[in-house]
Amino acid sequence: MAEKPFRILPRVTGENEHFWCGGREGELRFLRCQPCGTYVHPPAPLCPDCLGKDLQVEAVSGRASVLTFTLNHHPWVPAADHPYAIAIVEIDEQPGLRLMTNIVGCPAESVHVGMRVRAVFEEHEDVFVPLFTPEGA
Amino acid sequence: MERMERRAALTGAGQSEVGRRLGRDPLELTLDACLAAIEDAGLTTRDIDGLSTYPGAMGGNPGFSGAGVTEVHDALRLELEWFSGGMERSGQLGAVVDACLAVACGLARHVLCFRSVWEGSAQGKGSRAGIGLSGGGGGGSFRASGPPMEWTLPFRAYSAVNWIGMFAQRHFHEYGTTREQLAGIALNARRNAALNPAAIYREPLSLDDYMSARMISTPLCLYDCDVPCDGATAVIVSHVDAARDLRKPPLRVEAVGTALRGRPSWDQFDDLTTMACRDAARMLWERTDLGPGDVDVAQLYDGFSFIALSWLESLGFCGKGEGGAFVEGGGRIARDGEIPLNTHGGQLSGGRLHGYGFIHEACVQLWGEAGARQVAGDPEVAVAGAGGGPLAGCLLLTRL
Repeated sequence: MAEKPFRILPRVTGENEHFWCGGREGELRFLRCQPCGTYVHPPAPLCPDCLGKDLQVEAVSGRASVLTFTLNHHPWVPAADHPYAIAIVEIDEQPGLRLMTNIVGCPAESVHVGMRVRAVFEEHEDVFVPLFTPEGA
Repeated sequence: MERMERRAALTGAGQSEVGRRLGRDPLELTLDACLAAIEDAGLTTRDIDGLSTYPGAMGGNPGFSGAGVTEVHDALRLELEWFSGGMERSGQLGAVVDACLAVACGLARHVLCFRSVWEGSAQGKGSRAGIGLSGGGGGGSFRASGPPMEWTLPFRAYSAVNWIGMFAQRHFHEYGTTREQLAGIALNARRNAALNPAAIYREPLSLDDYMSARMISTPLCLYDCDVPCDGATAVIVSHVDAARDLRKPPLRVEAVGTALRGRPSWDQFDDLTTMACRDAARMLWERTDLGPGDVDVAQLYDGFSFIALSWLESLGFCGKGEGGAFVEGGGRIARDGEIPLNTHGGQLSGGRLHGYGFIHEACVQLWGEAGARQVAGDPEVAVAGAGGGPLAGCLLLTRL
């Protein structure tokens, strides 16, 4: 991977650590409702579908599709890689299970809606930022 | 049950000096707007018994709030029966809807609603290019916490232009919308701003200028982004019984839209080709027998051009997905078109008064006071909508 860009990191808490630090073990992790199987993101104390509180951390495959994206050209902070791709991806395991992320490891101009991607992680201090790269890369 | 809107009216509107960087005390700008609105209604400060504002006093976000409830309350020595300020509401104009509720319920008779910004001065010389952070590798001591920042900043999505750019891109993908079409919003705003002495950018803007402008976050270029400014806007919401003998014919609040039925999020909303305006607009039409064909002027949030397109679709001025074709060339949204849009220049050319410029212009057009930019035909029905992403609130105003 190219030189790591500047990133504002998240404040890691007991509630979100599974998401922001799962990459230490190479895993993309979400809370999942044990009785009904619903993945919940962002993390919450209960399942929005059945309102149950039996949520456990589970890893997903990390396979996803790009729902939409934007190529950021504006130098909000100095960086060597403008434009870079910001995207919203949907995780294969559940329709609507999605997150904002960056698409890396390919030319920004090649990013497109429907692009198949897989999770990779960029380590910054205690955080492993979940990013996505083309499935075959 | 009688709808609460029947008991609320807009009776005055005012605005301070508006400029790119005025370097003036933001509280003074706020008070200028408030006093202008009070005078416009034919009232005095002693008549004002309610205050409502968005977002309320706040630090952070330099220039985002020029004054809160407390400062205006005290500066004008108001005797208040009801007041409210804050962000967790139906967009910027949610504060005006709350004022309608307050008068309808008898908590106040004349509510002064205001919004002031001084982002132009606060962001200093140059553009809003920086966010005050730099360096490589990890992000230093600052950590993002809570929505939306925790779920956007770590992915280098620093600005709403990134977030809105993704909605626009999905719309482009599903419906074939193009930059040439979207340009219609920005060019229309500039044409109208040319006739508004208070607008920030008034020189002509061509399609070539637009197409060759630098990209900010695809598909949005520089001219798809509004311009930070300093300025304040105020309107008076009065109970209809207290509105009859004032200086101007009261504007009736025909309906409001405050709904947010999808997830309150920039990245988790169910349909990435539209935004919360979908829900607010639907609710608005559920509360009136009027329809989009009855509207004479539309003042719709254009913090980014795509948001205005989304409001046009949401309010039914065109079909879902047809917004690109609808605004292409700008004829349908021109002052003499099917539905005159942002007749003051919007925020794109008029300045980012953050929602309140739209309701001000709706009032000015209905009162026939818009001067060179006045829409012909004596407009009787106006819609004002504000907010993008998970923010949305709208009001339908009539002269009848």
